[in-house]
Amino acid sequence: MSRITLLSLQVLVAVATLALWQFFSTVPVFGKVLLPPFFFSNPVDVFSQIVKWFSTGVIWKHLAITLWESILAFVIGSAGGILVGFWFARQPRVAAVFDPYVKMVNALPRVVLAPIFALWFGLGVWSKVALGVTLVFFIVFFNVYQGVKEVPTTVLDNGRMLGMNERQLMRHVYWPSALSWMFSSLHTSVGFAVVGAVVGEYLGSAAALAI
Amino acid sequence: MTEPTAVALDGATVAFRLADGRVYTAVEQANLAVDHGEFVAIVGPTGCGKSTLLNVTAGLLKPAAGTARIFDKPLNGLNRDAGYLFQADALFPWKTAIDNVAIGLEIRGTPRADALARAQKWLTSVGLGAFAGRYPHMLSGGQRKRVALAQVLIRDPKILLMDEPFGPLDAQTRQIMGNLLLELWTADRKAVLFVTHDLEEAIALADRVVIMSAGPSARIIGDWRITLPRPRDIAEIRMEKDFHALHREIWGVLKDEVMKGYVQSTQAGAA
Repeated sequence: MSRITLLSLQVLVAVATLALWQFFSTVPVFGKVLLPPFFFSNPVDVFSQIVKWFSTGVIWKHLAITLWESILAFVIGSAGGILVGFWFARQPRVAAVFDPYVKMVNALPRVVLAPIFALWFGLGVWSKVALGVTLVFFIVFFNVYQGVKEVPTTVLDNGRMLGMNERQLMRHVYWPSALSWMFSSLHTSVGFAVVGAVVGEYLGSAAALAI
Repeated sequence: MTEPTAVALDGATVAFRLADGRVYTAVEQANLAVDHGEFVAIVGPTGCGKSTLLNVTAGLLKPAAGTARIFDKPLNGLNRDAGYLFQADALFPWKTAIDNVAIGLEIRGTPRADALARAQKWLTSVGLGAFAGRYPHMLSGGQRKRVALAQVLIRDPKILLMDEPFGPLDAQTRQIMGNLLLELWTADRKAVLFVTHDLEEAIALADRVVIMSAGPSARIIGDWRITLPRPRDIAEIRMEKDFHALHREIWGVLKDEVMKGYVQSTQAGAA
């Protein structure tokens, strides 16, 4: 399939979906609109609302807040994940002791924490940041931990034989390895930072994108 | 001989504790001396502990008994006089070829510009002058070995330890790499300890060929001086009559051990 055919088919799927949505939410089928307007909007309305937000400029303030929450969640979560990831990877005994608890906390669906965070940190920015941090932290933590652990023994031995001390091993071997794992997971961790912010906003906030 | 012996293993025994608590003796009572500027090849069947012996010399492994002396000093911790060329890929995948070569100097405190200039020279002398900016994954297996060789040699180690360094390469590339190694070694004679399972390669390269028995508890069972004239060409020396005579003689000893090693490896698999 040529690139152009593929691209036009992909666009066609989007257009068809939107057309069907518009059709079922506005045109009565057998005397009844299948997607009642109270529960379902239609694409034209959604689009005109978005245009209105941008043209009046009200959206910018809300966008800025959500973006800010996501950035804070990402930065704090990543910093924590990097620190703890390195610490655990270099101290296998600490990692072994904490292992079941890390798994337990990670298995917990983080969304259930959102109301608690709202109670603790209020309806402002920080309850959303806290939720985002719990999501981002574990992704970064696991990747850094893995990245440090998975350095091949040969590469490590090579570093030692080339004369590296512990600090130099950290800088030239462990850190770049952890970083490459982190970068490969960046799209998930950034995504989760936004998810944390938006889900937090659903539950209640003063100003945000999700309301 | 005024220079002290580069590597002297005296009764070196290496043992590991297995997961089930038993002790596995890999190498027993190994005595081996490598003179300054001497090229020694260790040959033995698979799993006989050749690499183990090399790791002891590198200081990566501590012998359970016996001693390792480097230039007449007992080895304590890592062997700082040695450069190690590993069997597996050991380049830093996140560094370019030139950074991989320069790192050994940089961590010593050599200014970066200086280190890079010397790394470029070394890359050129292993035939990769035009590949300085490539990352390891953009190089072929043979090219990666060349970078690894430059990475080790730029530090000018007095002892060169090589663990089947050309094992993963195809036959032609191995010969080219062998000749490159001999050329670099002739220019600056270091003590070399070269581990291989390929007897032909060992005879073609080395001054001495040491044969190890099949493991466990592998021992050194033979030591031949290879008097073939230098400079040698790896590909052509294999056609010589003297080469064949040596090969036949050493293979006579090695053959039994290879069979023993094979039988043991199949039994270990069944047990």
